[in-house]
Amino acid sequence: MMLHRRQLLAAGATALMVSPLGARMAFAAAPTERRFVFIIQRGAADGLGTVAPVGDPAYAGARGDLAADFASAPKLDGMFALHPAMTNTLGLYQAKQALFVHAVASPYRDRSHFDGQNVLETGGVSAYQLKDGWMNRLLRLLPAQDKAIALAAAVPMALRGSMEVASYAPSSLPDASDDLLARVTAMYAGDRQLHPLWQEAMATRMLTGDLGSDGGKKAADTGTLAAKLLSAPGGARIAMIETGGWDTHSGQRGRLGGQLKGLDAMVAALKTGLGPHWDNTLVVVATEFGRTVKANGTGGTDHGTGSVAMLLGGAVQGGRVQADWPGLGDAALYEGRDLKPTTALDVLIASAVSRHFGLAPAGTAKALFPAMTMAAGMEGLVRG
Amino acid sequence: MASTSIALNRFGLGGRPGEDPGPDSRAWLDQQLDRYVAAPPPLAGQPASGTLVAQFVDYRERIAQLRKAAMPVPAKAPAMTAVPARPAGAMAPLVAQPPIVQTGDDPAEALRKQFGQASRDLYNGAVTARALAAIQSEAPFAERLVHFWANHFAVSGDKMEVTNLAGAFEFEAIRPHVMGSFRDMLFAVERHPAMLLFLDQAVSVGPNSPLAVRAGNRPNVRRNLGLNENLAREIMELHTLGVRTGYSQADVTEFARALTGWTVAGFGRGPVAKFTGATGRPGDFVFADAMHEPGTRTILGKQWTLPGEAQATAVLETLATHPATAKHIATKLARHFAGDDPPPKLVARLEANFVKTGGDLPSLYRTLIASPECWAPGTVKFKSPWEWSISAMRAVGTQQLQPNAVPGLMYQLGQPVWKPGSPAGWDDVAGAWAGPDAVLRRVEAAERMAQRTRDQIDPRARAAEMFPDALSPATAQAIARAESNSQGVALMLVAPEFLRR
Repeated sequence: MMLHRRQLLAAGATALMVSPLGARMAFAAAPTERRFVFIIQRGAADGLGTVAPVGDPAYAGARGDLAADFASAPKLDGMFALHPAMTNTLGLYQAKQALFVHAVASPYRDRSHFDGQNVLETGGVSAYQLKDGWMNRLLRLLPAQDKAIALAAAVPMALRGSMEVASYAPSSLPDASDDLLARVTAMYAGDRQLHPLWQEAMATRMLTGDLGSDGGKKAADTGTLAAKLLSAPGGARIAMIETGGWDTHSGQRGRLGGQLKGLDAMVAALKTGLGPHWDNTLVVVATEFGRTVKANGTGGTDHGTGSVAMLLGGAVQGGRVQADWPGLGDAALYEGRDLKPTTALDVLIASAVSRHFGLAPAGTAKALFPAMTMAAGMEGLVRG
Repeated sequence: MASTSIALNRFGLGGRPGEDPGPDSRAWLDQQLDRYVAAPPPLAGQPASGTLVAQFVDYRERIAQLRKAAMPVPAKAPAMTAVPARPAGAMAPLVAQPPIVQTGDDPAEALRKQFGQASRDLYNGAVTARALAAIQSEAPFAERLVHFWANHFAVSGDKMEVTNLAGAFEFEAIRPHVMGSFRDMLFAVERHPAMLLFLDQAVSVGPNSPLAVRAGNRPNVRRNLGLNENLAREIMELHTLGVRTGYSQADVTEFARALTGWTVAGFGRGPVAKFTGATGRPGDFVFADAMHEPGTRTILGKQWTLPGEAQATAVLETLATHPATAKHIATKLARHFAGDDPPPKLVARLEANFVKTGGDLPSLYRTLIASPECWAPGTVKFKSPWEWSISAMRAVGTQQLQPNAVPGLMYQLGQPVWKPGSPAGWDDVAGAWAGPDAVLRRVEAAERMAQRTRDQIDPRARAAEMFPDALSPATAQAIARAESNSQGVALMLVAPEFLRR
């Protein structure tokens, strides 16, 4: 049998990867069939413009023009309506595969994107307190065969840490020749930083075949690509997808509509691409913080606090909006301007993820969010 | 002498064939501070921001006219949206009047496409000019500082109004002040149209300003008028004090109120422009008293009583030399030259120097040159895609560039020039760039770049020249064993010492 040169390279790479992981593999449980995808919304997505509390008496007044999109939007229950651009997500909701949790926030309470994203991704209580990401720490709790991948050119903070993680984003550069790749492999052999990076790059290249040619610019392509990487035998079980463009200080109506449409298409492509694996999939969509309740002077909203998080997938016990709703009246607002957070995002994530992977809730919470106080985790988020 | 290699690569932008810093690396760097040219030949012919703003406003108005003409039923006469004559001093339109097209084509769409193409050409031209200035520079340490400051004061051209202005912003607000004071650069930046538009300052209106009051009295005129705190926040968080340095949300909001009225001439329309006084040459900074929130402000525990434009000016003067600003700038400079975790002693030395001189930038650069932490042996930084690309083009002796070569390369490597997507700019730590896919792309790009050298470069000699006394045996061996000169050049460009500095 002839092996392609690229396969040989990748086989060599895999063999090299085994040695540092060998000890852990001896203890490994059976690999899970469960898939977990974290979609981060960078830039502070407006939860009130995504899952709108149209039944709150203060909503229309506070939002002004921004409420217009919800005039004929599909109602989720007596209080909430979903942005009309999210047609596929609505379908998931009707199939009880979408759960929206409103008025959530991480422990971070200031309004800097960069600090807020750092807290969301590290799982700390303040920015730069922890040096690795909660998804990387989650990997340590899972069987050794379970790998993670980031749909990005570099590994985002949530996935950084001691466990090796691959990153992949489609490239329009022509493939480098296999001979050069082999020589680079040899040249990096003694480099502690580049050697593991390069092994990951070669292993991923092997898995994705010719995916690099399908563009991946559009959100749906990214969803399809993530689904392929998560479906491949020996492929990743955990993925993170970065989305940007949520910082809608001005012209929010059009921009947020476009963003949500893209997100909706990405999720739909993920579902289609995963096929039967969708039944075992949990997708969490979350942002670093929400936006002001009142519209600002430029048709947008400024940095706020509480927002909405989404749990999507066949593994989700969905079909409802979960919220200890604080209200939008002036007296109910956080610091007089923001949606007051009543549900902790870290409790939500720890509860959903531990149930999803059959892990002990308390231990998972401690590993992912060390400072979290989870008196009682949240029940009924995910099918066991 | 490995110090030559550090001067070339860590301080500079990588060696060029034939370039010899001489025996005293520190003197070579110091002399560059005087040799620096704010407007080098590759930047000649780049359009000024005034021209670009006028073209954009002209385009926007023509689109509006075409859309209006295409509407079947005329709208009610909109007093506030009357299209004014082209302001005095406005430049010729960026694109010619679209040709009369066959019925069925949408002339507004045709104009939009033309403008989009012209904008891409402008962007490609400005990026190429920036790259050529860096590749050809005799003062690469100073050019590196241009890139450092442009990233510190980042605007992002993925916002439509900013797309065409991002290059002019660097050429007009950053370059002339790189060898001046931090204060002067700060003022040039915050008053430049690109920044005022990028962070929404140009449209921020005081809720009790004459303009807002007047609009409130005319309830049939629907306008979005109000405060936008975007620029105020990022000045404090990113440009001066730094995040978590003690200012509060109230300070941000109050500073935003003080800044109201700071706007760009040529963007308001007709009667509104006249009423606000925001007239003048398009693109000029202008203070529109009618947009300014009247009254005294309380910021950082102080009362700011000055009226009008002077109010925010006084705040900005204070921020420019604030101790927190000194520490913020010191930390970022130290991280750029001494490693991702900047040595505290170096930060303290730079901070003290900033405080002592009130933010004299060449003094800070000389402190860097004199500090042993910046000369730590080996490599301390993983190059960003821009740093890597420029050093690669210098190493192979690139003289000319195709118009879309560098813009395309930077897009593929994950760092499109002037499009960081966020006012925080690009990260300056290895974690942001040292990913498996990112390294693979550099290998792909290196192979293409090396193939264009057509075996004309001896990679063994070139690598020795680029890394005097600092080339590792493993790299030298890999290059020596290459099957061709071109392959050897590709290996040199992705060698561990070439990916770092």
